[in-house]
Amino acid sequence: MMRLESDVLVIGAGGAGIFAALAAARDGCRVHLIDRSLIGRGGATVMAQMTVAVALGEQCPDHWEYHLADTLKAGRGLCDAPLSRLLCENAALRIRELDAWKVGWAREDGHLKQALAPGHDRARCVYVDFLNTGPAVSRTLRAQLNRIPAIRRIGDVLITDIVVHEGEAVGAVGLHLLSGEAVALEAKSVIIATGGLTRLYRRNSGSLNMGGDGYALALRAGAELVDMEFVQFFPIGHLAPRMIGMDPIMWDPFRYKLGGRLLNAEGDEFADRYGQAESGDYVLTRDVATYAIFKEVEAGRGSPAGGAYLSFQHVPEADLRNAFGPVIDRLAKNGIDLTRMPVEVAPIAHYHMGGVRVNASMETRVPNLYAAGEAVGGASGANRLSGNALTEAFVFGERAGTVAAARAKSRAASGWNDKAAQPGLDLLNSRSSGLDLPHNSAALVVELQALMADNVGPFRTEGKLLDARQRLEQMQRELGTVPPGGGSHYNMVRLDWLDLRNMLLVAQTVVRAAIERKESRGAHQREDYPGMLPAWELNQVFSYQDGKLGLSRSPPVKAAQ
Amino acid sequence: MSRQTARLHIARGDSGAVPRIETFEVPFDPGNSLLDGLRWIRATQDPTLAFRFSCINANACKECMMLLEGKVIYACTERLHEGDMHVAPLPNKALVQDLVTEIAPRDERLLR
Repeated sequence: MMRLESDVLVIGAGGAGIFAALAAARDGCRVHLIDRSLIGRGGATVMAQMTVAVALGEQCPDHWEYHLADTLKAGRGLCDAPLSRLLCENAALRIRELDAWKVGWAREDGHLKQALAPGHDRARCVYVDFLNTGPAVSRTLRAQLNRIPAIRRIGDVLITDIVVHEGEAVGAVGLHLLSGEAVALEAKSVIIATGGLTRLYRRNSGSLNMGGDGYALALRAGAELVDMEFVQFFPIGHLAPRMIGMDPIMWDPFRYKLGGRLLNAEGDEFADRYGQAESGDYVLTRDVATYAIFKEVEAGRGSPAGGAYLSFQHVPEADLRNAFGPVIDRLAKNGIDLTRMPVEVAPIAHYHMGGVRVNASMETRVPNLYAAGEAVGGASGANRLSGNALTEAFVFGERAGTVAAARAKSRAASGWNDKAAQPGLDLLNSRSSGLDLPHNSAALVVELQALMADNVGPFRTEGKLLDARQRLEQMQRELGTVPPGGGSHYNMVRLDWLDLRNMLLVAQTVVRAAIERKESRGAHQREDYPGMLPAWELNQVFSYQDGKLGLSRSPPVKAAQ
Repeated sequence: MSRQTARLHIARGDSGAVPRIETFEVPFDPGNSLLDGLRWIRATQDPTLAFRFSCINANACKECMMLLEGKVIYACTERLHEGDMHVAPLPNKALVQDLVTEIAPRDERLLR
């Protein structure tokens, strides 16, 4: 078995993890940056198409307090205000830092260009053309990482458990996917930066590796999860015709720049029937748009593939070309000519508002254990504002790295304990004969995704949620307690098992929180409880002990310090 | 649109053995990618088939590189077609299992 030792262990190498690693190394720590796939290429950051929200005041006068007001309003009363404030107040520092690192934010007339996104009171979102924000940010952050010898980057390692000794995090254990061997990673502080849980859903806009790993790691380590019922669906995810080599959320930038018309099967604009009229501008917020499209489909006015039409047929070809250049050619290769046809779009799982409960220093309730980025819950309450996801990754990543480094420097040793690591290592070293799962492991993942999409989507009813809970418990029993096979190179079935172990636990928190919340708020819409109730201005918080989930409620932290 | 069938011949095995070719009949709708086909095989035929990918469809992560008819391609941007398709791991990288090769830069590996 391999054994590694560092000051700060960062799990997940997307935007949040890389910012955390850079900050910890800057403050004098030796860092291990671990990812289950390649460094700086997996996760959600690389997938970002366009907007990063920040009150720079370059496009028009702005202040972070206005950004905060919009963020809190979008969160429908449930934001953890100190976290939201940190996000908005520190955004400019991180965006300027990336600018100095030559990320290539779009510019115009000597200033950074800022786009108006739905839910913002003014033009606030920087971006990199064309649809290139994520790749440009990832490339820039990788270049920074590679300059720093104090950061050791290790890909193809799946972290499976945080090691906790006497109530404190002392490192982690994981599986080296290429060799099939267990790895022990001792560290003075540990940061979870594994992103969200989009992989729980059939149609999603995330990477394969966003199966809620970090939520399960945190729960089993003794930390809490908050707001797990709030899964954000991106309303206009690409549906048809089949398109390859492009991100399903790519229509968002088209809406920012060109407006576009959202139409039902009868060719009518319908958003005004659901409370938000559009007149050429893109102002429809994500929760309202998702609701409107679902309702139109339900009423029999959906497109053939079961969504809505998005049309740019009224936009002159020269304007399309000017706004999106090479992207128009990539669309043509997919047989899509926007001057002649609409595309079909439908809501797609996109982001998780819930996550690990931390304070504004990114500390969980477990000493030495931190979280950053989408893995954190609370900053967005019941609904996230467009453009806040990358901002959150950068700001929370830097903050977690800074605080975790200070903590690591205050500790003489990690306090690693072999006995504490043993259960996690035993799981990884287990050898069971052949493929003794009752079902195909990959089919089980597909079944879970279908169950979550059909029963725990944006529109929920008690009956469907209870069915989901029952089926999840059954799947948990079918999965058993020992992973199949063992020790071999890139064993996909064993990997599925380890993923399902996390995905099923996390899915149960989403379902249970959704059953309990008997009202409709933001991304959680109950058809059987349609109104938003003042009495439910509460966060639901999960803990995990002796294999059982505990649920409590508390009012959101309101005072922004 | 009618369903069509691709016949995927996939080189399998690990670095210690001579690769064996396994053939799968993969039904598909026009427009589906090779990656769609490989994922369909795992979920319905053989979950042990090893290949790597991360971003699923966006051609952002660049992980799903492999050989199709001897040419280096991304599985997510290559479309399935009727008839025979020959798929193999990258030839210039260390083979791990089936279509998985060691593609990480040397200084980003656990075992350097």
